Amino acid sequence: MRNVERAISNVLRIGVLASIGFILVGMLVTFAHHPSYLVTPGDLDRLTHPGAAVPRTVGDVLRDAAALQGHAIVALGLLILIATPFARVLVSVFAFVAERDRTYVLITSLVLLLLLLSFALGGILG
Amino acid sequence: MTPLLFVLLAFVVSVVAGTLGALLGLGGGLLIIPALTLWFHVDIRYAIGASIVSVIATSSGAAVTYVRDRLTNLRVAMVLELATTTGAMTGAYLAGRVGSKTLYLIFGVVMAYSAAMMFRKLGHDESRPARRAPWADWLRLHSSYYDEALSREIPYRVSGTRIGLGLMYVAGIVSGLLGIGSGALKVPAMDLAMGLPLKVSAATSNFMIGVTAAASAGVYFMRGDIDPFVAGPVAVGVLLGAQAGVRLLGRLESRSIRVVFVLLLLWVSAQMLLKGART
Repeated sequence: MRNVERAISNVLRIGVLASIGFILVGMLVTFAHHPSYLVTPGDLDRLTHPGAAVPRTVGDVLRDAAALQGHAIVALGLLILIATPFARVLVSVFAFVAERDRTYVLITSLVLLLLLLSFALGGILG
Repeated sequence: MTPLLFVLLAFVVSVVAGTLGALLGLGGGLLIIPALTLWFHVDIRYAIGASIVSVIATSSGAAVTYVRDRLTNLRVAMVLELATTTGAMTGAYLAGRVGSKTLYLIFGVVMAYSAAMMFRKLGHDESRPARRAPWADWLRLHSSYYDEALSREIPYRVSGTRIGLGLMYVAGIVSGLLGIGSGALKVPAMDLAMGLPLKVSAATSNFMIGVTAAASAGVYFMRGDIDPFVAGPVAVGVLLGAQAGVRLLGRLESRSIRVVFVLLLLWVSAQMLLKGART
């Protein structure tokens, strides 16, 4: 069980640190590209209301982040954060396999399956 | 307000939300949504998107430490996740088929009831007599944790696994229907029905809410509801706040945490009843 705990804790730590890193760098790039954000109050409405630059696909995020656009680098950090819980369920499946704990391999695999199913259903219905 | 000031203020609010969330086993949404919409006039869609991100941030940020320090009961979490994910899917299916007025009223009452039951436990010792628990025995759910405030290892036995699964299924439905993390239902279910110590209940609920939120976050992202300019500072603030919440949970006595939790449950319950009365 110690190994399972360590594996999960490590996956979470990597996910959390990577996402904080990307978000902070992205925010810095955003402010560096738009110095007016530091002083002009009028810009805020545009950034926090419909019509703001909101990437919707992983492809968009990767392309724009590669082009060093601040908001896309932040979005990449957010995507990593969203992916972290999936990664930790996946890792726990493998960790229980390594422990030869059949009951929990079954339970965690089922959770992973349900998670993927709800994700897919959400994509269709949402 | 300049964009820079917004980022800094949203960050500060999120640190507070993350601290409370990690301490009590809830997502930060309860604080994030009203703060973003009422104080900073952020569009409600983006506020909800940021709040879903904040739930994942609270969960992952706190779990790094809770799991390592064995405050999270991993086995309980994995077993109960079967029920919460199934419930969330049922909820998504039911959304639009059930009136939200009835729901808000029902859950307002349920939460008020949980608050009363959790308050009643305040006078008693945290431990309770052992019950027969064949399911928990078979799933090896019993465990122990190190209580920093008491500076000793506290062993505990888990019971009521089937009732717990049923309650988590309901909590999952609520998440799917109302779009809330429903930690406010998960913690009382573990504390009252399954006999987990309060600190373990909070840490385990915290661990579970991340998975449910991540499943819906993907949908919100594809819909374009996650605005990096809003969700970015919120995520970083919550992740850092969660670290503070984790330290607090270790040091505070269970009864203090219980008092804070009961007050918060009452507040949520009142909010839900009000919403139900208005819709």
